[in-house]
Order: sequence, then structure tokens, then C-alpha cells
Amino acid sequence: MNIRRKYVKNIILYSLAILGAVIMIFPFLLMVSNAFKPDVFVIEYPPKLIPENPSVKNFVEAWTSNYFQLYFSNSAFVSIISTLGTVLFSAMTAYAFARFKFKGKEVIFTAMMLVLMVPDIISVIPRFYIAKTLGLRNSLWGLIIFYIAGSVPLNTFMLRGFFEAQPRELEDAMTIDGAGPFGIFFRMAMPLAAPALATVTIFSFLGNWDEYVWALTAIDDPLKRTLPVAIYSFQGQHGTEWGLVFAAMIIALIPVIIVFLLMQKHFTSGLTTGAFKG
Amino acid sequence: MFFSHKTQKRILPFIFMLPGLIFFFVFQLFPLIKGLQISFYDWQLLPGKVSEFIGFDNYIRAFQDQVFCRAFKNTIVYTLITVPGQMILAMLAALLLTSLPKGRGIFRAIYYIPVITSWLIVSLLIRYMFQSPHGLVNYFLVEMFHIVEDPIPWLRQANTSFVPILLLGIWKGIGWNMVIYIAALLGIPTELKEAAAIDGANGWQRFWFIIAPLISPTIVFTLIMLLIGGFNVFISVYLITGGGPMQQTEVMLSYAYHQAFDFLDFGYGAALSYIMAFLIVFLSVLQIKFLRKPQEIY
Repeated sequence: MNIRRKYVKNIILYSLAILGAVIMIFPFLLMVSNAFKPDVFVIEYPPKLIPENPSVKNFVEAWTSNYFQLYFSNSAFVSIISTLGTVLFSAMTAYAFARFKFKGKEVIFTAMMLVLMVPDIISVIPRFYIAKTLGLRNSLWGLIIFYIAGSVPLNTFMLRGFFEAQPRELEDAMTIDGAGPFGIFFRMAMPLAAPALATVTIFSFLGNWDEYVWALTAIDDPLKRTLPVAIYSFQGQHGTEWGLVFAAMIIALIPVIIVFLLMQKHFTSGLTTGAFKG
Repeated sequence: MFFSHKTQKRILPFIFMLPGLIFFFVFQLFPLIKGLQISFYDWQLLPGKVSEFIGFDNYIRAFQDQVFCRAFKNTIVYTLITVPGQMILAMLAALLLTSLPKGRGIFRAIYYIPVITSWLIVSLLIRYMFQSPHGLVNYFLVEMFHIVEDPIPWLRQANTSFVPILLLGIWKGIGWNMVIYIAALLGIPTELKEAAAIDGANGWQRFWFIIAPLISPTIVFTLIMLLIGGFNVFISVYLITGGGPMQQTEVMLSYAYHQAFDFLDFGYGAALSYIMAFLIVFLSVLQIKFLRKPQEIY
């Protein structure tokens, strides 16, 4: 192949890749551009992608509007506690499956895997009934408990292989040095599993932060709403003020981006190790 | 410790598992069993009212319910369109990105953005774009390309309101499939592709006779995962059309949700969910069966 033909081929390939990239991010560009357009009460026609007088007015207005900060802190509270609970309890359960022999081990594990196949939304009706019976409706703890319960099976499955791959010799050495099982778990097994735990943390946080259906179903009290539910009703109230809605959506995206950037380094290695050793 | 060494050893695993198992049994497994029970009752949510056991009535009712049949049909249509749509576009994207000399990483990251964005955000964006008369899509169709005369009321008429939902389903899933296909494509030994090229195979032949058979376990994996995901379609429908207009775009799970939480018919909603659950478990079992011996697939 001569150089000229190769050159033309590369131009075509990159043009196609860029076209694809534009299609993939166009809606997000639209979101960002509209969030920076002040006072657009009706939709611009023809639409402009670059705002004429960019301003952060929408962001300020969204952030200071009714209860937005409360919703933000509700979401933060629910997501952080659920993520911590998920990571700790999944790791402990996975460690028990990986390291101990006991009766009923495979039966319990299989039960978890079977439940894992059934999507969460299937059980939203009985979960509502149970939350109502236990007085867990209209409570952030009602969200946290069900979020943890929903994440334990998958993450136990992911982490089990990871703990199984850890060398037993290290544990034996620590036992000889007088460490108990919990000392071994918290001071050796958990730190060694850091990449896998980072993966679990990212995906749990992301899932909890974005969760919509259960939060919508379980919470009626406007003061207990989380961000996704609040943003949706925000759109209902401010039907044509899309700039405001988009600004609220972008504020809600910030923690997601932060968690991704913080955990990214550990995340790739953890994902592959956990996935291929199962 | 108060126990003998032997007892300690026996209960130790259960101490580790206790919190996880309580969450699992009480808040995961029990709701599923409770849901099955609810589906056999005319379930009354309000305290003081008695729920009546009605056997299979809720299930029988589903198959005579016209809206449910439409919801079932819509779910199938959604799956039949979005699954091949995602797979074909993702495969094209994967082939394209793997043949780029440089910059594959950045494109892969960009194509992956819709995957990690929440359904809420992308659903609202789609609703914004498909507004009428002054939405962006209408602007392109009417003013820029003159494809139609008048703006299309996308979300307000039955035969067009499903289109944005389908487009969203495809667009959001491409990145996930593409990443998996790229990993599979990079795993193919280059010698095989070179040998085929030397033998005079063109691009299409190389894909069809060399690449596709080699990565077919990956293709089957994504196919089954996407089928499950397709049957699970709910949030986008709930947020974009709410099943409307006139329950025309209802899918199985949105209909089950509306039955339970709008019409407060919990027994019927639970039965509809369970019909769905059986379908999904059936697909999952297929997946396990196929993926255990991938070489038998081709």
C-alpha cells in the first residue's frame, strides 16, 4: 500500500470515528450549552449550540432553589452510607465463602446467584409492602437498607474470586504471629484486595447516586427526596426552563466525576482481576 | 472467647457472613418470595382490609388483558430492534476503533460516556430533543433538511412515541458492547488476519470467515445480556412517555408498575412482574448453558 492511499484511508477512518463521537456526546453538549444560557424560557428556534452570553445564573439558581441543597445532602448521605455498607458486608461475606469450609456454603452461594439473575425492578412491589410494614417508608434508612441488600450478591460474587486468589501462606504467617481471623481480614485481606474494593466502591456509589425507581417508590415526603427524584420533579415544575433543569443535572454529575477520577487508578486492574478469576 | 476452639471455628464463617446474609435473606430473597405470594392474592394494601386468595386469577387475567398484550408486544419490539441495533453498531465501532493507528483510547472513552450516565439524565435529554413543535429533532427535520413539512408531535401520537425510546436504547448501549467487542478483537492473533489477507480475502470475508467465528462466544454473551436488558426496559419508558399516549407505549414492567402504584392493584402488578421474571430467568439459564461450552455454539 503506498503512502498516499494509506493517508486517505486514515482520513476516512478518523472522520468516521469523529462522526461517531459527535453522535455520542451531542446530547451532553446540548445539556452543557443550555445550562449556560441565561433566561431561556422558551426553546430557541433555531437552536444555537454556543450560548451568546454565557452565564452561571442557572447553576446559582438551581443550587439555591427550594431544598436543592437538602436533596444533594440526602443523596450524599444515602450513597456514602450504602456504599460503605456494601463494600464492608460484601467483602466479609465473600471472604467467608473464599476462606472457610462450612455446611451449606454452595447452597447459599447458588441462592445468591439465582437472585442475582432476577432484576431488582421485579421485586419493587413486595419491597414496597415490606418497607411499609417495617416503617421504612419515607426514611433515608429505608433506601440505604435496600440499596445494600441489592448490591451484596453481585459484589460477593465479584470479590469471592479475588479473596480466593490471595496467597494462603501470608495468612498462615500472620496466624503464627498471633493475629486472629478479624485481624487477618482487616489488616491483610482487605488491603490486598484494594483494587477490587475500589471497583466495588465506584459502581456501588454510582448505582446508589443515580438510583431512581426505588427512591421514587419508597419516598413520598418531599423533604426526604434524593437528587434523581428531585430533578425529575424539578423538570415537571419548570417545564420550559430547561437551562435550569440542565444546570441541576450537571451539579448532580459532579460527585460522579470526582469518584471516577479518584478511584480510576485502582479501578482498571481490579476490574480485570475480579472478572477473569471467578 | 467463651466457646471451645472447635465451636469457634465452626461459627466463624457465619460471623463473617451474618450482616451480608441478613441483608440478602430479609431484603432480597424474602421480597421475591413475598412477591410470588402477593401475585396469588387480590392484595389489599390498606390496613384492616382482607386480602383474598384467588389462585391463578391474576395470571389468567394478564393473558386476557389487551393492554398487557400490547405491553408484551412493545417489549418484544423494543428487544428485537434495540438488540441487533446495538450489536451491529457496536461491532462497526469496535472494528473502526481497532483499525485506528492512534487515539483509540480517547474515542473509546467518549463512546462509553452514555453507558455510565444515568437513565434519568439521558431520558430527560431525549425528551428535550424530541419536543414539539420546537424541539431540536423537529428543527433538523423541518428547517434544515426539509424531510417533513410540519413538525412531528413525537411524544403525543401513538405511532411515533416509541421511536425516541428505541433510539435511546440503542444509543446508550453501543459503548458497553463496543468495549467488549474491542477486547475480543484485540485477542485475535494478527497472524490469522494477515494470512487471510495474503490469501486474498476482502474485508467482509475476513470478518465473516475469520473474525466472527473466533469471537462468537463473545457475541453470544452480549446477545443474551442484551436480550435480558431489553426485556427489562422500564425507566426510559416511564420517564419519556409514561406509557402514553393512551397506554400505547406501555412495556411489561411499566405496566406492572402502573398497575401497582397508580391503580393500587398490587396482586395483578406482582403477577405481571413474575411473568417477566420467569422469562428473564429462562434467558439466564440459556446463557449459563451456552457459555459453559462456548465451542459448541458454532
